[in-house]
Amino acid sequence: MARQASKSGLLFSGSGWDFNALSRVHEAIEALAIEELHLDVYPVQMEIISSQQMLDAYSSVGMPLMYRHWSFGKHFLYQELLYRKGGRGLAYELVINSNPCIVYLMEENTMALQALVIAHAALGHNHFFKNNHLFRQWTDAGAILSYLDFAKGYIAHCEERHGVAAVEAILDAAHALMEQGVFRYHRPPKLSSERQREGVRERLEYEERSYNDLWRTLPASKGGSSAGEKDLGMAERKKTLKLPEENLLYFLEKNSLVLEPWQREIIRIVRVIAQYFYPQRQTQVMNEGCATFVHYTLMNMLFDRGRISEGAMLEILRNHSNVVFQPAFDDPRFSGINPYALGLDMMQDIQRISTEPTAEDRDWFPDIAGNGNWRETLLDAWANHRDESFIRQYLSPALMRKWRFFILADAASEPHYEVASIHNERGYEKIRAGLAQSYDIGASRPDIQVVDVDLLGDRQLRLEHKVKDGIMLEEASRDAALRHIRSLWGYEVSLAAIDAQTGQMLNERSTSQIGE
Amino acid sequence: MPIFIDRRLNPKDKSLGNRQRFLKRAREELKRSIRDKIRTGRIADVDSEHAVSMPARGTAEPSFSDAKDSGRRQHILPGNKHFAPGDRVPKPGQGGGGSSPGKTVSEDDFRFVLSREEVLDLFFEDLELPDMVKLNLKEILAFKPRRAGFAATGSPTNINVGRTMRNSHGRRIALRRPKQEELDAIAKELAIQEAEPQSGAARQRIAALQEEFERLERRRKRIAFVDPVDIRFNRFDAQPVPNANAVMFCLMDVSGSMGEREKDLAKRFFVLLHLFLKRRYDRTEIVFIRHTHEAQEVDEETFFYNTQSGGTVVSTALEEMRRIIEERYPSNEWNIYAAQASDGDNFATDSERCIALMDGQIMRLCQYFAYVEIIDERETHIFGATENGTSLWRAYSAVNLKWPNFQMSRIATAADIYPVFRQLFARQPVVQKSA
Repeated sequence: MARQASKSGLLFSGSGWDFNALSRVHEAIEALAIEELHLDVYPVQMEIISSQQMLDAYSSVGMPLMYRHWSFGKHFLYQELLYRKGGRGLAYELVINSNPCIVYLMEENTMALQALVIAHAALGHNHFFKNNHLFRQWTDAGAILSYLDFAKGYIAHCEERHGVAAVEAILDAAHALMEQGVFRYHRPPKLSSERQREGVRERLEYEERSYNDLWRTLPASKGGSSAGEKDLGMAERKKTLKLPEENLLYFLEKNSLVLEPWQREIIRIVRVIAQYFYPQRQTQVMNEGCATFVHYTLMNMLFDRGRISEGAMLEILRNHSNVVFQPAFDDPRFSGINPYALGLDMMQDIQRISTEPTAEDRDWFPDIAGNGNWRETLLDAWANHRDESFIRQYLSPALMRKWRFFILADAASEPHYEVASIHNERGYEKIRAGLAQSYDIGASRPDIQVVDVDLLGDRQLRLEHKVKDGIMLEEASRDAALRHIRSLWGYEVSLAAIDAQTGQMLNERSTSQIGE
Repeated sequence: MPIFIDRRLNPKDKSLGNRQRFLKRAREELKRSIRDKIRTGRIADVDSEHAVSMPARGTAEPSFSDAKDSGRRQHILPGNKHFAPGDRVPKPGQGGGGSSPGKTVSEDDFRFVLSREEVLDLFFEDLELPDMVKLNLKEILAFKPRRAGFAATGSPTNINVGRTMRNSHGRRIALRRPKQEELDAIAKELAIQEAEPQSGAARQRIAALQEEFERLERRRKRIAFVDPVDIRFNRFDAQPVPNANAVMFCLMDVSGSMGEREKDLAKRFFVLLHLFLKRRYDRTEIVFIRHTHEAQEVDEETFFYNTQSGGTVVSTALEEMRRIIEERYPSNEWNIYAAQASDGDNFATDSERCIALMDGQIMRLCQYFAYVEIIDERETHIFGATENGTSLWRAYSAVNLKWPNFQMSRIATAADIYPVFRQLFARQPVVQKSA
């Protein structure tokens, strides 16, 4: 079959796949991608897995290695349910931002589908991971797998030493704060290398071994630090603790008054993983759009050159159109904007603008309209943008008309929605800004910061929630999360809701009001 | 050329550990939900998979999130058909407040499937046959030999040839026992030399060879092929086998007075008991006895599915039970349990005889005797908690006072079965008795 296929110029024929065919297809696609699209990718490692293993991977946030926690079991059951009901097909692939880039292929896929997946993940996603500035700056693709391996081992080790329940309590609390556990503005410290981690671990163990309770009973030096330090104003305190701090997990890890060293290390693990995923969440539309654009373009090129049969192409197109299906808002199948569809449409739109622009496009995109070089334009966009800035810059009126976008203003006090803008001359800017805004993870997530802590007084940790547009926190989950913070901090915690515009305090909630 | 790794043969169920942790965390909730289900559904269904709702308590994953019913926000949606700016759209549903259109089902309210094993585990948790250990502690009767390494002494039948030959081989190498081939080579050369014409040098050579041959021969004799020090025996430890032999007698009244409803309830009770025993005590034997005016031992199939009709003489069943115990289950070797279900009707003078049988013999032999009376729903409020009741109930009440290992209870509806069952087999008896 293979010989027959190569004779006729086809990369494969029939629906069954084998390793030779996969390798042949990958080679052809990669050559094409580098030559025609100028992609730049990590080496690829393809792993063939079964659907069961795909579900396993789903439940551990898509990573091949993960520590054990009950919540992953819960997610597994959920995913399994969706899969069994047929409500959601499994993703045909899973790709991990690592070097080499790991791509999971499901064994159930047909050869045509495998080709699609290779183009999509092994080239599209891979290029995006390697080149987008967020990933380049914020994640360390080379170190993530060894770090996860360390994390899994470390947590298993802690469970052995301190008991599953104790470790679970820390993980529960840390997971609750994952959203508030990332640095949004300054760059996170690099993942330490294996040897440094080893050193940290050894030091911790040494400290534990040589711990002597007697030291605690020594009187404080110089007749106590009381008089002098009490006068230190709040400003001073904030300076020493580097307040305000937006990364709650980081603050608790470094400054908690009750945590043991191993507990701090576990918090650190959760924090590092949250940080690792932060860029992915900011670039959903771009990442999927890039991969979808790449597979669509490459598959069509291969078909044009007679290397894919018509039957296979039909199958590929059918799957492609399932992936980019976008129902309208009033369709029962509507569940938000499909990032694959939006990403692909915007990128194809960029291609159109740079090759055959209309007068309107020239007006809106003077830089790229008609520059004829869509490849470079796209490569530049993929490298330098995240969803929010990408949409803010490249969403064209033509596309807004095609999607028939509109804005629904929703005020909780009103019994009805109001249509604020539609896809017309007056609405374009507003829709573009609104859509971009909705993809700004930093802005759409509750803004909670540590603002003060009186270490010498009652040690109460003071948090502040900046309330934007009057959107308050959901009370039950807020109280539960505050309880988790108290368990990590060791003393009472209070959260004040401050209106972002007026600076007025709206309410204050302390853990002393909550109880167990 | 990419690297391919075929992971399909990797161990499956990588997340099984996480699943178990999750189930453990949700244990109480899951237990309650399964029991509620069983109470309302068919009891035989216990023995299968079950879909249960996601338990909310204890498995929520809280985090700071925006309240849906406050503030002002915007939704950007595709697919405008006829809206113009300023149009008003009523919000869907009540309580939805500002819920954004197209909100998906949350992960916290879904149902998932527990396997049969998991269901039974949860269902029968903290139930047990009372006093199961009593006999074990008193007398350990049986021993079973178990392999326990090797020994230098033992009976010839237990020689471990492999071990022995390995030792022998090592010793022969260490002591440089001449091999048969070396001897053969010298003998061959000797024969060649002797066949040739004798010269001085040759004679000398022959003498040297002969001496060498004899030396090797002697050495071979001194160093035995298999020496007593090589020999190893399989060692066996006598392992005491805990005597957890248990037998459960199921006694059911199938006489004419038991209507369809009563029979159904009684059978359900026994189905539950049967499942419980099979699950928790895999070596438990079960004896089914059904009776009308005469009793007979039957197999499981007949017990649960065949019908029969006749008068009621309860003591016949007790007699039959006693006979079987004598015949097959000596009470010093067996933990004996019995569960009896009846509607309480009995032949006029027979109840006295039942008391005599119970007091005289059966209660002495039994670890535990549970009596379940199936009563009419309308009678529930009459009999409620009083000691008053059918003739058998009154008779057994007397037994109940005297024997701490006797329990009795009433079932009026299907919903009662499980609570009564739990009460009868709870890990710590619910009712403390003075005796």
